[in-house]
Amino acid sequence: MDPKIRTTNVDFFYGSVQALKQVTLDIREHHITALIGPSGCGKSTYLRSLNRMNETIAGTRLVGEVLLDGEDIYSDGVDVVELRKRVGMVFQQPNPFPKTIYENVIFGPRVLGETNKERLDYLAERSLKAAGLWEEVKDQLSKSGLALSGGQQQRLCIARALSVEPEVILMDEPCSALDPLSTLKIEELMQELKKEYTIVIVTHNMQQAARASEWTGFFLMGELIEYGETSELFSRPQEKKTEDYITGRFG
Amino acid sequence: MRLSSRITGRIAFGLIWASGGVAVLALLFIIGYVVVRGLPEINLEFLFTLPRGGLGGEGGISSCIVSTLWIIVVTMVLLTPLGLGAAVYLSEYAPDTRLVGFIRYGVELLAGVPSIVFGLFGYAVFVTVLSFRFSILSGALTLVCLLMPYLTRTAEEAMRSVPREQREAALALGATKWQMVARVVIPAAMPGILTGIILCIGRTVSESAPLFVTMGGSSQMPDGLMSSGRTLAVHVFYLAMETNALEKALATGTVLVVLILLTNLFTNWISERLQVRMMGVS
Repeated sequence: MDPKIRTTNVDFFYGSVQALKQVTLDIREHHITALIGPSGCGKSTYLRSLNRMNETIAGTRLVGEVLLDGEDIYSDGVDVVELRKRVGMVFQQPNPFPKTIYENVIFGPRVLGETNKERLDYLAERSLKAAGLWEEVKDQLSKSGLALSGGQQQRLCIARALSVEPEVILMDEPCSALDPLSTLKIEELMQELKKEYTIVIVTHNMQQAARASEWTGFFLMGELIEYGETSELFSRPQEKKTEDYITGRFG
Repeated sequence: MRLSSRITGRIAFGLIWASGGVAVLALLFIIGYVVVRGLPEINLEFLFTLPRGGLGGEGGISSCIVSTLWIIVVTMVLLTPLGLGAAVYLSEYAPDTRLVGFIRYGVELLAGVPSIVFGLFGYAVFVTVLSFRFSILSGALTLVCLLMPYLTRTAEEAMRSVPREQREAALALGATKWQMVARVVIPAAMPGILTGIILCIGRTVSESAPLFVTMGGSSQMPDGLMSSGRTLAVHVFYLAMETNALEKALATGTVLVVLILLTNLFTNWISERLQVRMMGVS
């Protein structure tokens, strides 16, 4: 089976600092892929190269190939708006807009030009249901998104990402600001979402990677040290560095 | 001898409390003085008749109220788009170059220039060279020059403080840069922008010198952009300097204070409502 995303020999630079070195990695469709590693290892930078979010920072540069369904997302003719519609993102801090819950969810369809009220209502309801938030907020859609609890805000952000019907969802430490119960809810949600979407999650939490993902990549100092099935990587790591990290000897 | 930390704490508390008290007392005294002496002069006739002039400062302030409203509206209509446009450029689009740094520095510097200097500039350019004469238009354009650096800086601050996470969220959903600015950054910065706009209205109402030399001082009822006029603040200045009707000046001052108070209450009300709608706090 062809991978959903294939990255080949990706180097990434912040100015003259190299943050990724020759990262080659395939991401499978309808699977959850976790990226682990200590702070500053390049896992977030890698994640953000998959929807070209790094470009919003001045002075950055990527070398190598990032293919989405076999097409290079960094080639000249690619429309970034179209790319980001296909590859959605959930951030570390829940970051709802200071708008109502409803306006938050339909922000994506709105900027992409959808004006039909019925269609927007439908997208809002479907996305909130898919994010497991509908029952909690259906009577208060006109309330501010910022009035929700942290866990609810993060699920609102997931609903917001789902509303543009993406194919891939990138999650950048989505639970690091949440309590254990909210974390559990998001992990359950991920298991539901992978049926329809491809999920890549960066996490600091090795238990989370072990629990929730099928594939795991271990990054260290900008390099992908080891990549494989999660159960294999955690029980029989091939590399000494991976073993040291997952047994808690550093990081 | 060393004082115990409890005693130094008490002394500090006392000093802080005293300075706060002095500030409040001074404010109460000034407002109280103006209002107590001015209020008896205020009645419907005072509000609705033209100033008649003379050494006794006869007549009312009707044309001054109208002139003040004119100058507020014209100034804000011109100032708001210019100031916000400059702020959007500086905060969102300007590259980090020397030239832009220089522009930003220039804006800072202009915000500190005394207002009468702007008045002289307005007189030279709008009244004379552009032949707008002593008019509401000349006065408003002068105030736009005076207030634009201030509004630009305030609005730029408000926009820059919109968190990076929210900008990225918009871009990650496929928004273009302009959509991000128009739909996320500006709405989120709105309370700060509104505060800046209100403060500019306050300064429009309270400036006298730059208007005196660009709007003229006609006490007639203004009938358009090109007519001369006299705002309340200019009228206070005129009454205090040219007549011996101090009571009338204080009465006009009272009307001014009330006008500013109303503007502030109105803004607070609006920004609280915005806050509730956006943040869900009350």
